Amino acid sequence: MANETTQPLVHAVNVTKAFHGNEVLKGIDMDVRKGEVVCLLGPSGSGKTTFLRCINQLETIDGGRIWVDGDLMGFDDRGGTLHHLTDKQVAAQRRDIGMVFQRFNLFPHMTALQNVMEAPIQVKGGRKSQVKERALELLGSVGLADKCTAYPAQLSGGQQQRVAIARALAMEPKLMLFDEPTSALDPELVGEVLRVMRDLAKGGMTMIVVTHEMGFARDVADRVVFMDGGVVVEQGPPSEVIDNPEHQRTRTFLSRMRQEEQH
Amino acid sequence: MSEDTQDRPGRISARPVPHPGRWVAVAVIAVLLAMMVSSFVTNPRWDFPFALRVMNFNPVLRGLMFGTIIGTIGSMVIGVVVGVVIGIMRLSTNPVLRGVSFVYTWFFRAIPRYVLLTILGTGLGYLYSTFDIGAPFGKQIAHALGLSSDLTFLTLDVNQFSSTLAMGVIGLGLSEAAYMAEIARSGIQSVDVGQREAAQALGMSSGKTMRRVVLPQAMRVIIPPTGNETIAMVKDTSLLIALPVNTELFYQVSVIGSRTLKIMPTYVAATAWYLIVCSVLMVGQSFLEKRFGRGFGVTSSSGPGAFKARMLALRGGGGGL
Repeated sequence: MANETTQPLVHAVNVTKAFHGNEVLKGIDMDVRKGEVVCLLGPSGSGKTTFLRCINQLETIDGGRIWVDGDLMGFDDRGGTLHHLTDKQVAAQRRDIGMVFQRFNLFPHMTALQNVMEAPIQVKGGRKSQVKERALELLGSVGLADKCTAYPAQLSGGQQQRVAIARALAMEPKLMLFDEPTSALDPELVGEVLRVMRDLAKGGMTMIVVTHEMGFARDVADRVVFMDGGVVVEQGPPSEVIDNPEHQRTRTFLSRMRQEEQH
Repeated sequence: MSEDTQDRPGRISARPVPHPGRWVAVAVIAVLLAMMVSSFVTNPRWDFPFALRVMNFNPVLRGLMFGTIIGTIGSMVIGVVVGVVIGIMRLSTNPVLRGVSFVYTWFFRAIPRYVLLTILGTGLGYLYSTFDIGAPFGKQIAHALGLSSDLTFLTLDVNQFSSTLAMGVIGLGLSEAAYMAEIARSGIQSVDVGQREAAQALGMSSGKTMRRVVLPQAMRVIIPPTGNETIAMVKDTSLLIALPVNTELFYQVSVIGSRTLKIMPTYVAATAWYLIVCSVLMVGQSFLEKRFGRGFGVTSSSGPGAFKARMLALRGGGGGL
């Protein structure tokens, strides 16, 4: 495919996905450049979370192709015939893509520090002392230097999500996926997580964020993609899509979000 | 009662609800206990001193060591290892593996252990007098090709092996694996799907995800019933006599009983040993539960508060499993 110098980091073409005959993604095209922050907006059931999960193969796609940094995700293209990748090859493709979940999904039987150290040691085979140094640094950067020995159950939701971000960053990913990272949080804890994400965006990380946080999308996103019914309805800079949407569906969604925010 | 000088109510110091029924129950139990102790002392047929001596007889100790303790450890090791494999197979996406796992569990759960051990002890040697290890269908292939060797590398005499502790351990272990498979499966299924996804998203292979993330959490659910299975196995080692294996605790005390005609005291000796072994196991179980409950006890992971918190949780106070 495209071998230009401005090759996008994520290049998705005509991605389709159905669950039990119910088509959730109906041909998604999306390019994300290196260093870009893209927010996916849309009502629940619009397919934005499913699309995010397709990028790192937590869901297998039915049609279309997704390339990340030039690698075709999930398949080996041998002269036009696609071959499924083995479990190990899929795992290797996921290494460079960090993911943050709505429900944190920290490993409850490990401390915060062990959570962050787990993958670099187990997957990358890093030296324990070096990995630990880096993990402490990361926990410090998300403001949790003093919580290293705490188990997830002893942390608040916001703290858990920040550990989860540090855990993903420990693999030094070239792309970070955020699946509604603040939706499971109490309102007063949302800010601390968004702050970490803002810092990350400022540091040049490529991010795809599924979110309902309009303020974050407006301030941080380079581009906002509005999805509904399994298709991309419109996309563009936040100043256009959020403040001056073209499509009726986008307008309806945004006005409903505004009403909810005021309640 | 403290009198409040201000109008606003202060610290509460209320009288407890009276429980007269409890005191009646305590009194009844005390009388029954006294009657029992008195019968121990006044009835010479109990003969506790003899029971104590039987407990320390050499054949009895050997029976305890080999049949009961090594038998339990061996069969539980086989049971847990085979059981976890069968349990993981049961959750496989491969329908053949799932089917094999189902048939295995179905078969070994249906066979009484006494019957299984009897079959292994006598029936197996009748069907197959030797156990050959070699190429599959080696004899047939060698015959067809006219080879001098029959492609067999190792031959075991089944009749020599059939009445050994090893055979008993294999039998009990295979039977146990059927139960452990169900326990392992329910433990694995109790772990949240998000845990597997988080591990995979970090680039862990499915094997590593199972070993590092899923199984350690499943252990929390697997260990309590495994403790029960182990304690049940201690008692089931008394079935080893079906093979027959003689170095077994209950058989040895029975022999002494029929020789000395003091049958009941020898049974007391066996009972006492079973109680002691099971008590030790219960301590071990609670230690393991604490070890694998890390990160789930909300705040304090050990100390005297943990036990109390768990009991409260059992009564529906929240937390726990």
